[in-house]
Amino acid sequence: MSVLGLFKRKQPKGSSPDQSRDRGILVFENTSEVIRAETALKKEGWKIRVMGPPPEVRSGCDLVIEIPLIEELSILRTLRAADVTPKDIVPVSSPLLRPVDLFQTKELGRYLMIRAANMKLTIDKRTLTIVNVSGGGCPDVPYLAQEMVGKPLADAPSPREIGHTLCGYALQLAYEEVKRQCSP
Amino acid sequence: MLALVGTVPHRDFPLVDSELSLHDDEVCIQGEQVTVNRGTPALLAATIKAGEFLGQPAPHGYLVGDIGLGDGSRRLYEYLIQHLGESDFQAITFHYMQPDIGCHNRVLFVMEQMSERPILIADAGSMYAAKMSGKATAYDLFTPDIGELAFLADEEAPHPFYTRGFILHEENRVPELIARAYAHKNSPQTLLVKGEQDYVANQEGIQATINHPMDEAMEAIGGTGDTLTGIVSALISTGMEIGEAATIAARANRLAGHYAEPTAATQVMEIVSHIPKALEDVFCEKNRGEGWQKLSQRESAASALK
Repeated sequence: MSVLGLFKRKQPKGSSPDQSRDRGILVFENTSEVIRAETALKKEGWKIRVMGPPPEVRSGCDLVIEIPLIEELSILRTLRAADVTPKDIVPVSSPLLRPVDLFQTKELGRYLMIRAANMKLTIDKRTLTIVNVSGGGCPDVPYLAQEMVGKPLADAPSPREIGHTLCGYALQLAYEEVKRQCSP
Repeated sequence: MLALVGTVPHRDFPLVDSELSLHDDEVCIQGEQVTVNRGTPALLAATIKAGEFLGQPAPHGYLVGDIGLGDGSRRLYEYLIQHLGESDFQAITFHYMQPDIGCHNRVLFVMEQMSERPILIADAGSMYAAKMSGKATAYDLFTPDIGELAFLADEEAPHPFYTRGFILHEENRVPELIARAYAHKNSPQTLLVKGEQDYVANQEGIQATINHPMDEAMEAIGGTGDTLTGIVSALISTGMEIGEAATIAARANRLAGHYAEPTAATQVMEIVSHIPKALEDVFCEKNRGEGWQKLSQRESAASALK
């Protein structure tokens, strides 16, 4: 491994979006493309943030990726390699909406329920089986419930893999928190 | 007649526009079947069950398959824009749809041109779209849970996922959140908030609270909010006043859940089957002037917002 390779693993690429004055957002066709792009960029070590879009590009169930604009070309190269292309790149100057980052945990006897934003995931603490998914309002929520409920946490598909909307993204957060709390 | 609009979690499910029926645990429409589980299928099943008890005609369904890509929802929005204006529904309940501000506004415009505007009820993605587009006041009833109420109360948030952290989603903050949602005009005429306690509220404040029976596991069961929206829709379609329908529906939904002896692993169809018995018991209590009515009135007096 090269010295540069080592450095790449320790230091995320790009200046911090918080510190940069020249921030931009990548706008995608739908949330599943955002999730794919986020996965590809993070895998390559880019320091990016998934945020809410500003009102002028908001259409409904949206997420955008905030990037340092100066890194635009390199970031687009990474995305092209991952076969996911933004439909627009927009500079931003005003603060973007932050996704919710609070969790609520409720013990229900042998079950544990975690809520992230409007999504709740419940597991059987003894068997680590997903027993219910509740909350949410986007059309992938019933689909995610159908695919996840009744399966052990270790075998169930993650919402990141099969979800497409902000509700799916929120369920992913609850899913990660359940895994964190249930890890040995 | 009542119409129900929503999506089912099967990508190949065609766009259908017809009368709905329920056979065992399957909703049937236009030769298609969908198993009752959380989401719009739970709403459909609960509405049908409640409607049967109330002696109402079968509800009409506008359904399409959508697993979250929004393709089915967009087809259904376009279909509604073309066809809803020809209908004469007394009430329409909008449910799991991909929130899309532009499409939502075009459907709403069609309904506002109808000679008799139907009563408009929204939950799930349709409620998100109504709030996102700044058109919440055009609706008659929303049925949010506490997380969704916090979203309605946050005038900046375009989706519950972006509700700002200082707007806490806690049971003891519900009256404050309701007041804030109305202050920013992000609420319809009536709110039915589902949670540990259910609240019926309007611009004047909280009109009723319903907290019995209390089965904590209900919150974890996917679809219990959908059944509540279904029951209240069926009651409203009888011509009942919306606040009264919301109070009866909240009590009946709790009772149906209680009769299922729920755990956090209970599935919603187990609750749907108890809806007729629960409604029967609530109407008996109401006729006797017992229980829920006195309780809700007493509590509403104590917690009314000024």
